[in-house]
Amino acid sequence: MLGFIIQRFIQAVGVMAVMSVIVFFGVYAIGNPIDIVIPPDATQEIRLEAIRRLGLDRPLYEQYFTFLANLLQGDLGRSFVYNMPVLELIGGRLPATLELVLISVISATVLGVSLGIYAGYRPDSWVSKTIMAVSVLGFSVPSFWVGLILILFFAVHLGWLPAGGRGDTVMIWGVAWSFPTLNGLSHIALPAVNLALFKLAMMIRLARAGTREIMLTDTIKFARAAGLSEATILRRHLLKLISIPIITVFGLELGSTLAFAVVTETIFSWPGVGKLIIDSIAVLDRPVMVAYLILVAFLFVTINFVIDLVFALIDPRVRDGASA
Amino acid sequence: MTVPALSVQGLTTHFFTRAGVVKAVDGVSFDLAQGEIMGLVGESGSGKTVTGFSLLGLVDPPGRIVEGSIKLNGTELTTLSGSALRARRGREISMIFQDPIATLNPLLTIGQQMQLAIAAHERLGKRAALARCTELLTQVGIPSAEARLRAYPHEFSGGMRQRVAIAIALLHRPAVLVADEPTTALDVSIQAQILLQMRELAAETGTAMIWISHDLAVVSSLATKLAVMYAGKIVEQGPTAALLRDPRHPYTAGLIASLPAMTTPGTPLTQIRGTTPSLLSLPPGCPFAPRCDKQTEACVQKPAMTLDGPRGWRCFHPVGQTAGAPT
Amino acid sequence: MSAGPSRLALFWAEYSENKIAVLALVVVVVMILLALFAALISPQNPYDLANLSLRDSRRPPGFVGSGGYTHILGTDPQGRDLLSAIFYGLRISIQIGLAAGFVSLSIGTTLGILAAYLGGRVETLIMRLVDLQLSFPAILLALVIVALLGQGKAQLIGALVAAQYAYFARTAYGAAKAERGKDYIEAALATPLSARLVLWRHMLPNCTPPLIVVATVQIANSISLEATLSFLGLGLPVTEPSLGMLISNGFPYMMSGRYWISVYPGVALIILIVAINIVGDQVRDQFNPRLRK
Repeated sequence: MLGFIIQRFIQAVGVMAVMSVIVFFGVYAIGNPIDIVIPPDATQEIRLEAIRRLGLDRPLYEQYFTFLANLLQGDLGRSFVYNMPVLELIGGRLPATLELVLISVISATVLGVSLGIYAGYRPDSWVSKTIMAVSVLGFSVPSFWVGLILILFFAVHLGWLPAGGRGDTVMIWGVAWSFPTLNGLSHIALPAVNLALFKLAMMIRLARAGTREIMLTDTIKFARAAGLSEATILRRHLLKLISIPIITVFGLELGSTLAFAVVTETIFSWPGVGKLIIDSIAVLDRPVMVAYLILVAFLFVTINFVIDLVFALIDPRVRDGASA
Repeated sequence: MTVPALSVQGLTTHFFTRAGVVKAVDGVSFDLAQGEIMGLVGESGSGKTVTGFSLLGLVDPPGRIVEGSIKLNGTELTTLSGSALRARRGREISMIFQDPIATLNPLLTIGQQMQLAIAAHERLGKRAALARCTELLTQVGIPSAEARLRAYPHEFSGGMRQRVAIAIALLHRPAVLVADEPTTALDVSIQAQILLQMRELAAETGTAMIWISHDLAVVSSLATKLAVMYAGKIVEQGPTAALLRDPRHPYTAGLIASLPAMTTPGTPLTQIRGTTPSLLSLPPGCPFAPRCDKQTEACVQKPAMTLDGPRGWRCFHPVGQTAGAPT
Repeated sequence: MSAGPSRLALFWAEYSENKIAVLALVVVVVMILLALFAALISPQNPYDLANLSLRDSRRPPGFVGSGGYTHILGTDPQGRDLLSAIFYGLRISIQIGLAAGFVSLSIGTTLGILAAYLGGRVETLIMRLVDLQLSFPAILLALVIVALLGQGKAQLIGALVAAQYAYFARTAYGAAKAERGKDYIEAALATPLSARLVLWRHMLPNCTPPLIVVATVQIANSISLEATLSFLGLGLPVTEPSLGMLISNGFPYMMSGRYWISVYPGVALIILIVAINIVGDQVRDQFNPRLRK
């Protein structure tokens, strides 16, 4: 078990190293941000001085190592535009995004898996057919459009829920959260639904396919032959067996939802990192872009690492080092 | 005369597919006395596995039992409600399958899976349940059973897994165990061990067994009587020794002639020509007629079961007899 | 090849059993026709700034503008006739979707088949890269690339291709790898046929069915992704609005009840994407032998 953890940890560090190289050279290979930092009418001296100050005159690999050394000390540089440490900038906005993403993915998973198992268990009932038809829609309709319709209906037409912003927050452990207050909840409702819908469709499909496959296996037939009730079979056998694909996808989706939050945050003016990155891309604020990408990569790697650990907990075959 | 453990009359199971009705089991009848072992032999697709599932009421849609009677210890199963039938599965009639790797849940310990099977039928204290599990595992030949209860299926070899499955199936000492090719996926040496053990278990516990196999040689070493299935019907049945020595149905004769052990060394093995017919489009009369050397005009009629003491066959031209019904 | 027409006929016979899929196909064809003949059927050329009058901007459906004709679907903030803008926007969306789809298809298939055919280190390298990319959300990748390359049609297509070729590579690789292991490919390679011929005649045709399915889905995805990027303001220049850009332009006015500017282009986009997906689903079901009863 320990060997397994160490092995996966080393892999994770390796992936992070590769990602940092790709991200750094990807972002730094193009465009010249100096034009954004200094006014266009600045003299050549001011220009050169700024270039020197930002370290843009040195060779790229040197810049990378400086960047890496700083990164390891937790210093991701300063934003050209906001002129403040990137870490602080992103750190201040990350909780909003994480809150939104976690609420969406968790509710989509719980609801999606339940509906999907039902649809897989009774594939011919009209309820199942309705579930699947709706999930096809959720799959193909672009997320931003769903967001627009949600605003149009619930905020503009019915006036029940606010169309944007974060609302009241409560400080817990020095971080602002929306979910403990009613006003905060009303603000997070629409963006969370927006973000969750696509994931919901995916979870339904996954759970349905998994259920159909598992219910046809000899494991289930054998359990039935032993006289287990359907409820027990669903609870003890199916849920356990289906958790493996679900957890894999849950991890992947957590990462991709983090990225997709960019769209939702823009539509609902949700003050998270997604909106920050869109703004930074528009003005070529390199340190923020690099930091955001590194952060996303880091979260990806961390999620995968945690998922591997969860697997080891659930699946004895993984635990015993039989390579998955 | 005592009530047989299992009595099957005219069992008919059809699959209603888009391509048509598949008559997987078509009027199967047999009796099984307490502790008796019956071999159910046939090629793949002959309906022997579906017969097994029908007995437990586990036929998946689009299939269902359309006719016939299954009496288990005198109780009619085909008219029972789903929950009443479930209460009998595992307790009075059990089943084990071919592939022991696929039957056990890889994510639960052996102990957990056995306890689920116990809890399906009785409320037992934890200690009593553990004792029962240990006893059964020891009985099927698993060493240091108590420690092994905490192990997962992947920590067992294929043969050991099949033993675990057998232990689960026998937890409640059922009257009937349906074994669907349980040794086919195993090594020959382990197969022999398990066969021997099963015979002892049946004698010890009084559990009657239906041993489904495509391999006549394996079954005949174990079963006291045989039933040969072809295209959804039992075409010949009788005591093992008599049936092997003196087969009446040409198909049985063909099966025996194709066994290496049954022929004189040095003589070539014979094979039955042709292939199993599609269950969707069976010939109107005897289903074996197209492959049969003795086929005549009479074979366009469906042959009825001809009974002769403990033996029976469905053929107008039984081997070793003159045409017509025996006297 | 001689069996072609009859197989196609069989395929169509099965396809036409599903009425919804037939309807979806009709919708797709109609939309392509609308896009092709946008210039002929539109009441106005929405790209010609001389045609536009700010006096006509943000008018509701049914308004008769300075051009003297009825704006059936109303006008947008620049005073464009929305119906015309939708026809032209469809054209851009479909163009981009098809272009990105075909370039991804070519690049992805080539990489996938090469990886399966060559094996060894090339295989490992290509497939590792593809897997890494597949685990990374397409939208993020497209976002970064558009940010780096700047805005414009070519850049946008490039970003979509970069985000999507990996799906084709994975599919082609899977199919080709399965074929590669079969005896007949080994046999074909042992004959003096050139390797290229084997690839072209044997491996490619066997990858075709799954690739067609992925292509339909990915064209729909490209259109959706393009609309998303445009909506975020990272797509095409404002002068030639795609459907996504039209929706984006109307977004600020939605709060004040001028819903039509966003909603009608959105409805057109949704109908297009859903129709393509339904067609793709049906084709996939027909190609998938496991789902056949």
